Formats: sequence, structure tokens, C-alpha cells
Amino acid sequence: MSKKKIIKPLSVGDKTIPPEGAKKIPVYIMGKEYLIPETLTILKAIEYAGYKYTRGCGCRGGICGACAVYYRIKGSYKLKSGLACQTVIEPDMILAQLPFFPVNRPDYKMDVFKEDAHAAFRKIYPEVFKCVGCGTCTRVCPMDIDVMDYIALMKRGELKKAAEKSFDCVMCGLCASRCPAQISQFMAAMLVRRINGRYLTPRAEHLKKRKKEVKSGKYEKFLKALRKLSQDELKKLYIEREREPDLSEPGWMPEDTTRL
Amino acid sequence: MSGYIHELKELIKKVEATRPSRLESARKNEHFPALSMEDRMKWLSSYHPDFKDEGRRKVKVGPNKGDVLPEEVVDVFESRSRLDLKEVNLDNVDFETDVLVIGGGGAGTAAALMAESEGKSVIISTKLRHGDANTIMAEGGIQGATQEGDSPHYHYLDVMGGGHFTNSPDLVAALVNDAPLIIDWLEELGMMFNKYADGRLMVRHGGGTCRKRMHSSGDMTGAEIMRVIRDEAKNRKGINVMEFSPAVELILDREGRCAGAVLYNLETREYYVVKAKAVVLATGGFGRLHIQGFATTNHYGATADGLVIAYRAGVKTCFLEATQYHPTGVVYPEQNVGLLITEKVRGLGAQLVNSEGNQFCFPLEPRDVESACIIRECLDIGKGIMTPTGRIGVWLDSPMIDLLHGEGTVKKELPAKYIQFKRYGIDISKEPMLVYPTLHYQNGGLEINEFAETSVPGLFSAGEVSGGIHGKNRLMGNSLLDVLVFGRRAGCRASEYVSGKKSAGSALTLDHVKRFHKELERAGLKDAPTAPILLPDYTPDEVKSRRWEK
Ligand SMILES: Cc1cc2nc3c(=O)[nH]c(=O)nc-3n(C[C@H](O)[C@H](O)[C@H](O)COP(=O)(O)OP(=O)(O)OC[C@H]3O[C@@H](n4cnc5c(N)ncnc54)[C@H](O)[C@@H]3O)c2cc1C
Ligand code: SF4
Ligand code: SF4
Ligand code: FES
Repeated sequence: MSKKKIIKPLSVGDKTIPPEGAKKIPVYIMGKEYLIPETLTILKAIEYAGYKYTRGCGCRGGICGACAVYYRIKGSYKLKSGLACQTVIEPDMILAQLPFFPVNRPDYKMDVFKEDAHAAFRKIYPEVFKCVGCGTCTRVCPMDIDVMDYIALMKRGELKKAAEKSFDCVMCGLCASRCPAQISQFMAAMLVRRINGRYLTPRAEHLKKRKKEVKSGKYEKFLKALRKLSQDELKKLYIEREREPDLSEPGWMPEDTTRL
Repeated sequence: MSGYIHELKELIKKVEATRPSRLESARKNEHFPALSMEDRMKWLSSYHPDFKDEGRRKVKVGPNKGDVLPEEVVDVFESRSRLDLKEVNLDNVDFETDVLVIGGGGAGTAAALMAESEGKSVIISTKLRHGDANTIMAEGGIQGATQEGDSPHYHYLDVMGGGHFTNSPDLVAALVNDAPLIIDWLEELGMMFNKYADGRLMVRHGGGTCRKRMHSSGDMTGAEIMRVIRDEAKNRKGINVMEFSPAVELILDREGRCAGAVLYNLETREYYVVKAKAVVLATGGFGRLHIQGFATTNHYGATADGLVIAYRAGVKTCFLEATQYHPTGVVYPEQNVGLLITEKVRGLGAQLVNSEGNQFCFPLEPRDVESACIIRECLDIGKGIMTPTGRIGVWLDSPMIDLLHGEGTVKKELPAKYIQFKRYGIDISKEPMLVYPTLHYQNGGLEINEFAETSVPGLFSAGEVSGGIHGKNRLMGNSLLDVLVFGRRAGCRASEYVSGKKSAGSALTLDHVKRFHKELERAGLKDAPTAPILLPDYTPDEVKSRRWEK
């Protein structure tokens, strides 16, 4: 047998085992120096150093906002921020994570936003109207959201636009942690998005109709019939089902409408 | 850090060298031949983790005794309690509630909302923060027959076909019938769906659908669902969320009904006794068990805890032998490890090539076959590429897409992926990606009926922790749906159960755990490790070897 050079993966799951000779760089975890293989994310670097997360780590994929981090590069006055699972380490990074930040989040009932949403919103989050326009929130946002702008839109009553503008928010809390006006921007944005979904966007008429049909028990009959079929009969129906064309228009109808 | 490091750049040159001739053949519609049916089976059985005997073994104890399952699952099934049972004092109840929901993801939160609406007091025990869950990670969408040209009838057929007709028909019927109600519920709660100006919901096809019924909210559908229902839960007076307090054992009463759980405070390392009239288990999947060492798309807390504690209480599992791997998960750069690259990329003409720049398989084999091909090329043939952090993969030659379909196609067709790599200095319209199969979804789980009831009275189960709905294979968009359908059903049924006269009342016990320990001993597993493991351990061996304490 000819000799093949087989390389096996070293890293198991998310555990990093760098190949021999991998370059290591110094990073400072809360001020203490560790040598870490380059190209790791901050999150994995901290684990590589021997820490085990309970707080400060969630999805590990940039969407849950659990891993907000502040850092400076040694020798520079600039304070930087990001998500630990989405930021790669650089030499001489000085790191501190922000695993939790207290925010203001009053209770509300959604119905109060039915009539004058802006007025009701003002009652819940009056502090939003005290924004001083410093732009710090926009600078720290790891999702590149113009936070100051969505706050301005909220102030002006343009709630729909504010909802859309804040849509990518992962609720990491970095904006709130730096706000001189003590606003919990992302909590206000959460509310505004719900107001938008519920009251500022037309409801789906076809869905209302379908809901009634389901409640009437119409489909339970069809489903009961399907459950009575033999495997072969079911497979036949499966194979013969008409496929909606990729380029169909909304409201498309199939040829056979007896099972709709 | 920007782009590929020097060593990888050198290797990319080999891909570039073969690209012109590969392009030429692709233009002539000449492809690397697909495997014959026979070879498919052969390759699957030799290389696909689901088919290999290696990495699987028979469970020696518990309700699934004798079944062959992945080693990592068997390891946690054949385990002892974390608790020193002699120390636990169940008379000392720390919290009491009508319904205890274990798990703060989509299924758990939906259950809590329904139970609270029914006037029940609810405690949500969750391991990390409320919402740190697989639910928040779902990008693609949620299915539901909301359009006039579609109906639950067709949705049913699609789900059954996708699961190779192995699914439990009653569960599928419940899933598809409730689906429009779920979409309506989310709209009512204020979720921002993708819509036309008149309010009509936008829908797309998904793999294996005959009607367009995939609803989405940008490319963060799961995140939007999760943050909306979590926000609603905050407004509910009757819901009390206990974060960083995972359940480590279920508590039963003398009659064998579920009567609460023991929770663990991850920060102070104390245990709490929670007494409940009904318990809903919604702990999600097992991606972080890293079956056979695979990287995973799952969140940090996906460690199969719910399976473990219910198994000890006597609940049987199904379909756990079928794990969903996605063939093309990213292995470089580190920030993107585990990230999914959709089939669309291969559909648009990107080929899989090895370290020498050569093709080794037809790019559009079924998911499981494609995964087997990649694993074979790396581990058997030895033509994988090693990353600086010790991962291995093959090239997915995405620059072919623009060359085949015109400049700008990648940016237009794959905007999110383009940006995700661009952020780290890699232009996927000019440079290939490094990929390897990744562990994505736990198809199987605890056996339930259409009311989300398990075989233990008072114990309900919903979401990824349960099995049977998707049979051996889940279609995209049906899981977000499943967690909400069965989460809500569990919440409602648990409330009914609490209102009825049959719920738990007599003394609390952990006798089922003692019995399980005895069974372990009889099977020669006296020194089995403890579980649930709660959090994966990524500490390097070097660090561990310096932990010199006892
Ligand atoms: C990257 C990714 C993309 C996906 N895309 C889609 C998609 O497009 N469409 C789709 O339909 N599906 C998709 N899925 C699948 C779907 O998101 C999940 O299957 C589903 O959300 C699971 O929901 P769940 O509520 O059952 O579990 P989870 O949402 O995972 O919630 C489980 C919860 O239980 C908690 N928990 C765990 N153990 C314990 C314990 N011992 N005690 C207390 N709490 C505990 C966890 O911390 C978590 O909060 C995707 C999954 C992933 C990972
Ligand atoms: S808006 Fe605030 S909370 Fe949201 S992602 Fe940006 S910084 Fe984080
Ligand atoms: S940080 Fe606060 S005060 Fe400054 S712009 Fe943002 S919201 Fe306004
Ligand atoms: S861990 Fe979820 S965003 Fe980083």
C-alpha cells in the first residue's frame, strides 16, 4: 500500500488545538497577559487561556448579544468595542467583557399603542426625548446601526422608520452602557418594533381568513383522511403533488383546489 | 486580521490553476459524475457519521436499552446524577409554582405564555440568559400554510416526504394544522414579518416544499421570534424567569407523577428544590455534544440536558440515531466556524475541490452523501486543508459563480454570506471558502403525543428535545414551527392538567434516580461520569494539565 499522508483535524468541536508552530500573540484579559494563537476570536481566545464561560457567551455566532466586549490596543487612547465571538484578536489587545448591563424596561400592555402610539410611547420611555445627540451609541454599535438616528426618529414620532432602522439590533447593551442621557436605546427599539409589527403595518387579510378556516376544523377532516392512507397511497400523493413555480405571483392558485 | 494567511493563500493558487479548465467543462455542462446508487450507499456507510458503526454503541441502561446510538449520546445516557442524593433535602421546598418550564428558548417561552394566559403561575428555569438558545440563531424562516393556494393538506405531505415517511402522523397533523395559528399569533404579538405593502405575507420555497410557505423576517427570523416572545413574557406578571439556573434532575411524587425539578445556580453552585404541579421540558438540542468531534451551528448550552434527566425518569427516545449534518459549514476564519453555507452556492456552480485543486464529487449530491464525500476526501484520501487553528476542510470554489453568471452575481445572490466574509477581509467572489460538514440539528428526541405529553404524567415536552415530528429528517422552516406549536400545546395541556384533579400532590422523591443508579451498577457502570454536563468544556489540555488540585 502506498503511504498516504493523512491529516486529521486537531480541533474538536470548538476546542482549539493549533498545529505545531502556530504563531502566538500577546493579549491582555482584564489586564493579565496571555499568549494566544493568532486568528482566534476574542471569545475563543479567552477559552484558550483557560477560562470557562457561564456569562458572556451565548450563540457564539453573532446574533444573541451575550458577548459585548470593550478593548483598547496598548499604547492607543482609543476605546473600542465589539462582539467577542465576532472579533479576532490583535496583538496587545486589552480586553474586558460586559456580560450584563442594567437597563430600564417598564412593563406595558400592547393595546395602549393602538390609538396614539407616539404619545403612549413617550409615557413609557420619556428619557428617549432627552437624547443629547452625542453619537456615542452609533460609534459603539457592533451591528453598525445608526443608533442615534433611530432615537431621533423615535423623538420625531417616525416609529415605523425607527423600527426598521433598529431591526438588526442584537440587544448587546453596548449603546446603553455609554449613553450620557442614560437611555436604554435597544429596549425602546424593541418596543417600537413590536408597535410597528402590530399597529403600523397592515395585517395579512389572507391569514385572518385562514385562521377562521383552521378554527372551523376544516383541515382536520383532510388530515384525518391522509392518516388513513397506506404508505403507498401517501407516497403516490406525495410524488404527484403540484409544485408552485419558483416565479409564481403572490396569490397563485394550483389546478386542484379541492384540498385547499 | 484580514483575509487568508500566507500559507492558505499559497494553497489557493492551486485552486486558481485548475479553475479555467473546470470552468470550461462546467460551461459545456460536463460535471464530475454523481455517485451511483450503490456507491452512494457504500460511501454513506463508510463515511457518514450516521451510518458508521464506529462512533456508535449500544445503550446498556434505561428505556432505550439495546438501541445503538451515537457514543456521545450514550455517554450522557449512561451517567450518574450530579447530586449527592444523601445530601438533598426535598422537604425543604425553595420555590413552588403551578407550571415549571425548563428551557428559555422558543418552545419554553411559548409554553410559559400559554400557561400564564390560563391563569397559572409559571417559573422558567433557563441555563443561560432568557433567549440564549438555538431559536435565536435560526435565519431561514418558519413554515405555515397561510396562502390561498396552499393548505395544511399539502404541508402534511411535504413534512412526511421530507422525513422519508418515518414521522409520527399525529404529530405532523398537529404541526401543520396549528401552523397558520402560530403565524397569526406572532403577527398579533407584533413580530415584523417580511410583507408586501398591503400586508400580505411574503413566502418562499424551501427544500422539499410544493408550495411557497416559508415566512421570514429579514435573515433573522428566529431572533425576531425569540425577542418578541421574550419581550411579551417580561410583561406577564405570572411568569418568573430564573436565569443561569439549569435543571439537573426531575422530581417525581410517590405516584410517579412529575412534581418539579432540582435547579442549579451556576454562579453560587447551590441547588434549589422547585415544586410544581406540572413540568414542561424544552431544553433544545445536543449540538454541543459535538458528535464525533464535529463543529456545530448550535448555541453554547445545547448539551442534551433535557434528554438526560427525562431518560432517567423513564421517558423513551426516538430517532436519535439520525443526526442532521450540513455538508458545508465554514472552518475559516474562526469567527465563521460552523456557519452554514447554503446549497444555493453549489446550485450556482461553485465546486468542491481538494488541496490539489481537483474536484472529487458531484456538487449537488443529497446532503448526507455530500457530507460523506467531503469527510472521505479529508480523512481517507488525505487531501484536506489544515487551518491555523487545527481545523480541516476542502475548498468551495465560489469565484466560479461570477465567472459563470457574470460579475456581481455573488453579491446579488448571496448578500449576507458576502458581507460575513468581507468583514474578515475575504472576498468570496474572488477567493474560495474553506468548508467541512457541521452538526446542525437533533432530529430525534423524547417520545410525545400530539398534546406534548410524555409517558410520565405531569411531564410535557416540546421543541428540539422531542422527537417524531420530523422522523429521520427535518425540512428547513419546520423546526421554528414545531417549537411554537408544541410549546403552546404543552403550555395549554399542562394548565388543563394542573386544573384537573390528577396533578402531583404527595411527597417528593428522587427514587427514580436511585433506581437508575442501581441499574447502572448492575450493568457494570458504577463509576459512570455525571451528567447533565450543562456546558461544554473547551479548556486546552495544556491548561488542564496544570490544574494540580485533587
Ligand atoms: C444556526 C441555526 C439555524 C437554524 N435555522 C432554522 C430555520 O431557518 N428554520 C427552522 O425552522 N429551524 C431552524 N433551526 C432549528 C431551530 O432553530 C431549533 O431547532 C429550535 O429553535 C429549537 O427550539 P427549542 O425551544 O426547542 O430549543 P432552544 O431554542 O435551543 O432552547 C432551549 C433552551 O433550553 C435551555 N436549557 C438547556 N438545558 C437546560 C437545563 N438543563 N435547564 C434549563 N434550561 C436549559 C437553553 O439554554 C435554551 O434557552 C436552526 C438552528 C440553528 C442552530
Ligand atoms: S443598538 Fe445597541 S444593543 Fe443593539 S446592537 Fe447596537 S449597540 Fe447593541
Ligand atoms: S449615546 Fe445617548 S445621548 Fe448620545 S446620541 Fe446616543 S442616545 Fe443620544
Ligand atoms: S455569543 Fe452571541 S453574539 Fe457573541
